[in-house]
This record gives sequence, C-alpha cells and structure tokens, in this order.
Amino acid sequence: MKAKPVIPIGPYHPLQEEPEFWKLVVDGETVVDVDVRIGYNHRGIEKISESKSFDQSIFIVERICGICSSSHPIACVQAIEDLAGIEVPERALYIRTITQELERIHSHMLWLGLAGHFLGYNTVFMWGWKYREPICDIMEMVTGNRQNYAMHKVGGVRRDIEKEHVSYILTRLDEFLKQLDILKGAVLDDPVLHTRLEGIGILTKEAAIEYSALGPTARASGYDIDVRRDHPYGVYDKVKWNVITQEKGDVFAKAVVRILEMYESARIIRQCLDRLPDGPIDSKPKEIPPGEGIGVAEAPRGEVFHYVKSDGTNSPVRHKIRAPTYMNFPTFRETVIGETVSDATIILAAIDPCYCCTERMIVVDDSNKELFRAQELVRLSQEKTARIRERFRMKQ
Amino acid sequence: MGFKEKILTKSIYVFHLSSGSCNNCDIEILDCLTPRFDLERFGIVLVGSIKHADVLLCTGSANRLTIPRIKKLYEQMPKPAFVIAYGACGSSRGLFKDSYNTGEPLDEIIPVDAYIPGCPPKPEATIGALVKLIGKIRAKKGK
Repeated sequence: MKAKPVIPIGPYHPLQEEPEFWKLVVDGETVVDVDVRIGYNHRGIEKISESKSFDQSIFIVERICGICSSSHPIACVQAIEDLAGIEVPERALYIRTITQELERIHSHMLWLGLAGHFLGYNTVFMWGWKYREPICDIMEMVTGNRQNYAMHKVGGVRRDIEKEHVSYILTRLDEFLKQLDILKGAVLDDPVLHTRLEGIGILTKEAAIEYSALGPTARASGYDIDVRRDHPYGVYDKVKWNVITQEKGDVFAKAVVRILEMYESARIIRQCLDRLPDGPIDSKPKEIPPGEGIGVAEAPRGEVFHYVKSDGTNSPVRHKIRAPTYMNFPTFRETVIGETVSDATIILAAIDPCYCCTERMIVVDDSNKELFRAQELVRLSQEKTARIRERFRMKQ
Repeated sequence: MGFKEKILTKSIYVFHLSSGSCNNCDIEILDCLTPRFDLERFGIVLVGSIKHADVLLCTGSANRLTIPRIKKLYEQMPKPAFVIAYGACGSSRGLFKDSYNTGEPLDEIIPVDAYIPGCPPKPEATIGALVKLIGKIRAKKGK
C-alpha cells in the first residue's frame, strides 16, 4: 500500500502557545489518522510535590496550569482536608467558590478569543481578550495577582474579600455581562461562524461516555456531568444555578456551552456575594495525620482530581493528579478523523486542550527504542546529587 | 551592523517560545497584544516563524526535550538577534529547578539579553522590558 502523506504540526507552531506535536495523516483534503506527541511541558510536579511540605505543595499545584490556578489548589486542599478531617469555615467556602467561578469566566473568555483566532476571525480574539480584562482586574483586587492567585490554603483561604470590594466586583461584573451580551450576539448569530462550526467535529453522546470525556466537551454532547452538582464542594449546593448541556456535540455546541456557562458563573458569584457570611476565613489546622484523601473540583475544562497520601510527616508520600485534558485528549480520534485539514485546527482546539495540565508523565509507545536505561537513570541521579552537594558546599 | 540594529529597533518582531511553561506567561504575552495594552501600535508583533524574528521570548524552565529545540531555534534566527528570558522559570527555572526533568537555566543554553522576573510578569513589565531592550540596543550602537 502506498504511504499516505503526513502533515506535521509542531512542536513549535504559530497556532497554539504550548509546544505539542500533531501528526495528521491525510488522504487529499481529508484527515484519515491522527497522532499526538506531548511531553514538551513535563516538569515532574507530582515528584516535586512529594519533596515539599503540605503548605508548599499548594503553590506547586497552582503552577501546573496557569489558567486553572484556582481549580488545582482547590482540589489539592480538599484532598488534604479530606485526609485530615479538617473543617473549613463557611466564609472561606464562599470565597473559594467566588474565585473558582471568576476563573471559569476568565478561562472561557480566553478560549472564545483563541477559538476566533484559530478560525482566522481575529475580531473575536481581540474582543474576547478585551472583555476579559475586567475579570482580571477583579482577580487582582481580590487575590493580589492577575494569574497564580495563591488564594487557597489548607483549612481556608489566604485573603478575605473586604466590604468595599463587593460593590467593585458587582459593578465590574455588570460591565462584563453587558459586553458579553454583545459578544454572544456577535458569535452565536454570525452566519459565517455557523457555517464554519456547525456539524464539524461531532462527538456523539455514546462516544463521550466511552472516552470518559469531561467538562464542557462532554456537556456539549448531551452527557450531563458536572462535579459541582454531582459531588458538591464549596457552596455549590447552596446556590441556584443550572448545568448547561447541548445535544449536538459539534464545535458550535461546545462554544454555546462555554458562553452560557459564563452567565451561570456570574449568577453564582452574585448569589455568593449576597450571602457572604461573617466569620473567620481560616481554621488554622496544626497537623496532618497519616492517611489518604481525595479532592475533586470542576475546572473550566472538566474534573480535576487529586489524591494525597500522608504518613504523618510534613510532606505527602504520594500525590497523584489527573487533569481534565487527559481524558478529553483521546476524543480527537473520534472528532478529527473524516474532517478536512482546514477544520482540523478548530476541532483540535475545541476541547480547550491544556498540555501543561496533562503532562504528568510521558508515554512513548510507538517504537521499541529504550528511552532510559537503568544505568542512565543511576547516572542522572548521581549527577543531580553531586550538583546539590556542590551547591550546599558553596553555601557553607 | 549599526544599520541593521537601527532598523530593528523601529519595529521588533517577536517569536514566542514556550519551553515547558505553565501557560501563564504565554497568556500574559498574548495579553500584551490585545486592546488594553496593544503593543502592536509600537510595531511589536508576534510572528509565526523564527526566521522573521528579531527577539526570542523564552518562557518556562527548559527540559530535556526542549533544550535541543531551543538551540536549534536560536541557530535559525537571523542575526543580530536578541533573547529575553520571560518569567521566573525562564530567568532562573523558578520552582522547578530541582525537578528531574529540568535542564540547565536558559542563559547557559543560549546568550540572554534581558530578564523579566515575575510569576507571571504583568503586561506592564513586558512593555517596560521591551523599551529597556530597545534602549540597550541603541546604546550599544552608539559605541
């Protein structure tokens, strides 16, 4: 059989910011096979976390992914609280929910802009990112930073929402919603976007369940799954909101889910700010007993899962992380194959892939080549020890 | 040499290289180009190909897979070329300096002209850094 032509994309290409490598096997215009190679972002976070104390590991998981820098810490602190049986003050739970929803709005807005960019529709890119700025301003006021909020700690949150912040948040949120209305009209009523996005990259409900898709990717296919409702954390069971689902499963449905979710997030934030109770924000836990715990949170892309095991010392013995993109990734095979090359870019971007979240490990299985031999691992370890020794000697 | 640098400082073309970052720096770089900060009005544009670039903006702690690629990209850049280490990880490997997969710091792989600290640096810091870099290039030219 004649070999089919291959279109390589990456690892450094103008489309996305992160390095990843896609191999599209094409037959004429049609994609017949897809392969993806990641691992350019692997930083060994699980292992670093095991060498840090429980307080420090929150900062590490925050830097798994810049966009989900509220979801990962929430899942991690919930795992540790589950392990140690720590009670969290009510006010802290409200503040956690507020930051989580602000993050969701900022992430969905970011995706919407990038999706416009991938389609060559840069107006949407510029608008989306311009309208996202008020949310970044709120984040900067509430948490002290535009990204990497350092807001969550075991037993509570680090910073309180002051009284004068509440009115500021509400005004900026109203401002944002007005602009979102305009953007929603511009995106959902645009005939060009309809023709471009409708009916491409369809993920059926059966396939979504089979692949264990998560988050907006699953919800756009009619698979009604949301951690916030199924396993409530924070105060999601005390406020009124709806899980947004769509039936079609194409790229357009994914965009609709994300846009409508932003309205729900704004609704949750408003209710939380209304009911924000008085009281402490931190229960100041003293020690972490031996045991194991799990924590889940609904990140903008789907469920984030953290497992922490402690042996009673200051740092976790095992810290396992599963990010949503890891589950959404394999759906590429279902959605891209059979589509044209020009549509492949937006389909690959439709799950809102986050490679730095996913790269907890590297799996290379298409060759029989050995990556590391035992000797090389020993040599690497010895070199590292020598370097650390050298550094300590220099300090003395 | 002087002529090339004079032309270069008028409109800097930037290639953005994410060598294992957490996405935050990348978002803030893109944020600089969008309406609130709008670097494009100063002629600073992100380009898709390294062969069009004057400045290499490098984010993230370089790891075993990306180090050879960073070297290759730097070789392909048309000279005179300048490199900015972006963010805490780019400048000093940040939190990840003891990770098993992290290699040497960026300035031991390729020559670096400017560092932008911060995790992530605010867009204002990025703009300030580019202004300082242009000042540095022009000062060098005068000598």
